[in-house]
Amino acid sequence: MSATVDRRPGPLARLPGVAAMLIVLVVVFALASPDFATLPNLSNVLVQSSVLLLLALPMTFVIMTEGLDISVGAVLTLGTLSVAATALATGSLVLAFLAGLGTGLAFGFFNGWLVAYLDLPPFVATLGSFSIAQGLALALSGGQSITGMPPGLLAIYSGTVLHIPVPILIIVIAYAVMHGLLYRTPFGTYIFALGGNREALVLAGIPPRLMLAAVYALSGLMAGIGALLLTARLNAGHPTAGIGMEFDAIAAVAVGGTAFERGNGWLFGTVLGVFAIGILRNGMDLLALPSSLEVACIGLLVIAAFLIEAIKGEQP
Amino acid sequence: MSAILRRPQLPEALLQSLPRLLALLLLCLSLSLLSDVFLTWGNAINVLRQTSLLFIGASGLTLVVLTAGLDLSVGSTIGLAACVAGTVIKATGEPLLGALCAIGIGAAAGLLNGLMVAMLRIPSFIATYGMLWVLQGLAYFYMAGQAVFGFPHGFRQLGRGLFLGIPIPIFVMAAVLTLGSFILRSTTVGQQIYAIGGNAVSARLSGVPVRRRLLLVYVLSGTMAGVASLVFLAQLNSAQADIGSTLTLPAIAAVLVGGTSLFGGVGSLSGTFIGALLLTLVLNGMNLLDVDAAWQPLATGCIILAAVYLDTRASRSRRG
Repeated sequence: MSATVDRRPGPLARLPGVAAMLIVLVVVFALASPDFATLPNLSNVLVQSSVLLLLALPMTFVIMTEGLDISVGAVLTLGTLSVAATALATGSLVLAFLAGLGTGLAFGFFNGWLVAYLDLPPFVATLGSFSIAQGLALALSGGQSITGMPPGLLAIYSGTVLHIPVPILIIVIAYAVMHGLLYRTPFGTYIFALGGNREALVLAGIPPRLMLAAVYALSGLMAGIGALLLTARLNAGHPTAGIGMEFDAIAAVAVGGTAFERGNGWLFGTVLGVFAIGILRNGMDLLALPSSLEVACIGLLVIAAFLIEAIKGEQP
Repeated sequence: MSAILRRPQLPEALLQSLPRLLALLLLCLSLSLLSDVFLTWGNAINVLRQTSLLFIGASGLTLVVLTAGLDLSVGSTIGLAACVAGTVIKATGEPLLGALCAIGIGAAAGLLNGLMVAMLRIPSFIATYGMLWVLQGLAYFYMAGQAVFGFPHGFRQLGRGLFLGIPIPIFVMAAVLTLGSFILRSTTVGQQIYAIGGNAVSARLSGVPVRRRLLLVYVLSGTMAGVASLVFLAQLNSAQADIGSTLTLPAIAAVLVGGTSLFGGVGSLSGTFIGALLLTLVLNGMNLLDVDAAWQPLATGCIILAAVYLDTRASRSRRG
């Protein structure tokens, strides 16, 4: 199996795991809360999941290369601070957006350099940059929020175009681009090969290190875009805004059925995983359960996903 | 059998830790030049007291890393165990009951980690990362925003008490270090732990009960986190839900800086002690030189990256 490169999107056999979880969650919450299965609430789930989706899509790529990016939550945090600080200082949303993108890209390249060129284990490399980004966020902000944003910023999160909320448009575009990148370009093939068969890349004359670094850079870049959306949502920059988001992103990818070895990934599964987590959080909010339990339940969701995989793996 | 063991013999172990001892010496030298307070008995005892907490928490983690695994839940295990033990001691006035709760929670969390890793074959960093959030969520839920503080004098001796002028946690650290090093060096179980990290497949083929040993290692990691939570609780004299969150990173850093390889099979508890001491000295130095505490995670992150970079280079040159 490891010798071949599985290029096709998810085989139907993989669908039941995450789809079954989604159906169970929807049915349970629809029965438990009358407010759950309403159009405004479901649209709300989509909007609230937008930042997470921006992180989880490139995380799928990273995990397909048998890597991991622990730093995205902290980079997102630092990104919101750059966006907010730039918006406050210049009043320009374009410059603020560029500052967020720059922060994300800088950490993405740093991670890519650590993993691809210095050969550090991805987990520890990104744990180190997580610590650096979070440390910078706390130290530079002095633990304070940055408020007083220009008036246009809010529209990026709460505005609508043709009655469709802007965040939903952003995630549809982001998914289309990432889907195209993975399934329609040579770069996508390289991503599958990085996890499945790295020697094949070398033999084909493709520089595997450069491709691997590009995957981490992409992850940083998307965190930068997410930072703009999150800053607009909070209408402020906050030194703990993105804490734990990397866990939700990894959980979404795991729940979505992307394997942590052999380069088997399924991008739309990640989307379903993001929705499963979004629905879980939204439903528990509606039932007024404490948010600390949401975190514990997402942990259980991940373990359940692995259990399903393990059971399926034992009966081929 | 001996071919797959990479247990460091004494001269080799000394050679491996030589750069670290040198770094330790340099650090002490520069700190004593930069600060008048550094070379005082009070500060030395203070550093060792902080080292002891870090070392006890990282000791079980060292075993996990020796098997080429990782336990990210150490910090939140300490947090939850400290919260439960604190409330139990406060409510009943029985330190022993609280200690049992803390160690029980640690062992249970470790057992769950071990089951996920050894039986379900979930990658250890994912399983324990999930556990990190489960335990942290439970701690927040359990404490509901409250803090518990003010424990009986007898219990506080564990963290604050002196014996022969030396704080009791330092004795606990010495006991863990001696006993743990003995088990790792001189018992079959210890050799099997190194063998699993060196090459799990050949370990299994040579008759090592890999799953049972993995289970044991994760249970020990959780149990030691439970012990650390008691020392932490007695030192701090208070507990709230978030106290564990800042401990995971330093614990991992102590293990890696101490020369235990992430690829498994290479390392030692004495290395982790040196790593914990180095890290504590850096943070102590930052305190003495009036650096804002907010920069500490940044320093820890850089130290982790540097240590792992050196480790990766060393292991590549070992493989040729």
